[in-house]
Amino acid sequence: MAAPTSRNVLSLYKEMMRASEKFSSYNYKSYAMRKVAHSFRQNKGETEPNKIAQLYSDAVKNLEIIQRQVVIGGIYTSNKSVIETNHKH
Amino acid sequence: MLLRSTFNLIRTWRSHATTETLFVRRQFGATAAKDELDDKKHPELRPIYLDVAATTSLDPRVLDSMLPYFVHYYGNPHSRTHAFGWESELAMENARKEVASIIGADPKEIVFTSGATESNNIAIKGVARFYKGKKKHVVTTQTEHKCVLDSCRTLELDGFDVTYLPVQQNGIIDLEVFESSLKPETSLVSIMTVNNEIGVRQPVEEIGAICRKKKVFFHTDAAQAVGKIPMDVNKMNIDLMSISGHKLYGPKGVGVLYVRRRPRVRVEPIQSGGGQERGMRSGTVPTPLVVGMGAACRIAQEEMEYDHDWVKQLSDRLVTRLTSALPNVVRNGDPAQSYAGCVNLSFAFVEGESLLMALKDIALSSGSACTSASLEPSYVLRAIGADEDLAHSSIRFGIGRFTTEEEVDYTVDKCIDAVQKLRELSPLWEMVQEGIDIKTIKWTQH
Repeated sequence: MAAPTSRNVLSLYKEMMRASEKFSSYNYKSYAMRKVAHSFRQNKGETEPNKIAQLYSDAVKNLEIIQRQVVIGGIYTSNKSVIETNHKH
Repeated sequence: MLLRSTFNLIRTWRSHATTETLFVRRQFGATAAKDELDDKKHPELRPIYLDVAATTSLDPRVLDSMLPYFVHYYGNPHSRTHAFGWESELAMENARKEVASIIGADPKEIVFTSGATESNNIAIKGVARFYKGKKKHVVTTQTEHKCVLDSCRTLELDGFDVTYLPVQQNGIIDLEVFESSLKPETSLVSIMTVNNEIGVRQPVEEIGAICRKKKVFFHTDAAQAVGKIPMDVNKMNIDLMSISGHKLYGPKGVGVLYVRRRPRVRVEPIQSGGGQERGMRSGTVPTPLVVGMGAACRIAQEEMEYDHDWVKQLSDRLVTRLTSALPNVVRNGDPAQSYAGCVNLSFAFVEGESLLMALKDIALSSGSACTSASLEPSYVLRAIGADEDLAHSSIRFGIGRFTTEEEVDYTVDKCIDAVQKLRELSPLWEMVQEGIDIKTIKWTQH
């Protein structure tokens, strides 16, 4: 597989962030966004094409997981956490 | 609402016919109605979860790995005659590899159980009973989990000799005392890696070395450690190890017992049956749960450093902010030799249970979930020599992968506020402020 271009990577990043934002659970949402941002930042300097291709395909799998889990979380919702409504304490 | 308040009034009138209580109840009824109105606006909010030492939430990635085995792949992993069995077996063996990898073991040494309690039972009773012909002595500590202590009590009833080692004030055992407790007839040592109430880490590697030297089997309850701190059964000379699924973002109802093959450790099984799991734990292995256990271990291994840094940062933030804002806060257990995600603090002159009530929108506990119904101070805190009053004022803060900075700050703010308010109400606190040493007071005359 040809190494993904930086444009591919950037658009995957954006897609993962958008997907993560849809988690109905406050904790999963915060974690997913923090983790996605961290992982992309961590591997920013990667130059080895095979490694980039590997990281890219792992990220695509993670995106699919996020999308499926967002759906499940959306079916079985729960009430919001106090933290989400109480920003001024 | 009107109906509810009327009902309240009638109920009040029926039970207490004095005008005084009626007045109080009416007032209360009015506030309750107002609360209800607020609830409509914000339907019951869920508290912040800060009790990850009791259980962790399932990682969505773990659930994702499990779901196919709840839907299509329902075969019995022990069925050898068809594809349904083979695919489940493959998944189970893959999970076994993932679990083995996180503790540096061989997959053949992994036995799936229903949880760390079962693992502890099999390890302790199983080893002790198997070797009872020649050796009838077991060593453990006073701060172990209830299921370890209870298993040891059962052994005592069966005529075994058990040594319950004391711990030092920092919650850690004294290695010299430990070594001198070993006898030629000692078959097993069971000492936990990370304590579930105060988070301290026992010197497992040193204990393992001593056990190996004295040719005693070493079991460790690592339910609070695996997936959070690096564990290696070979480097630490561990012969048996208990792991829990739901303490590392995996499902509840599944655990692991690691049993060393070389040198071979033998256990007498507790459960009779089809001889699954090398005969040590009969019963069909629950494929979806062990798949989840495997995924949880794989994720924890890949992300241990990241998770650990995050938890450490939040934990330091919590402790620093609380201790700098409030005087007389005592950290229970050694602050350095501990796992950062489990912080146990005593707020002097505040009763733990009252504090928990004041912090009702934060899910916390004063100790282990198993004993949280009792108002007795924790036996772990008593074992580290905490004064009775301090043992009563302790709160355990559990921080994990999904805890956020915002949640920690919210908790700290609420906690500072609640402790200050409760202390203002306390006559003892007032006396201390006036310079009276509470300990010198004789409360009774005889």
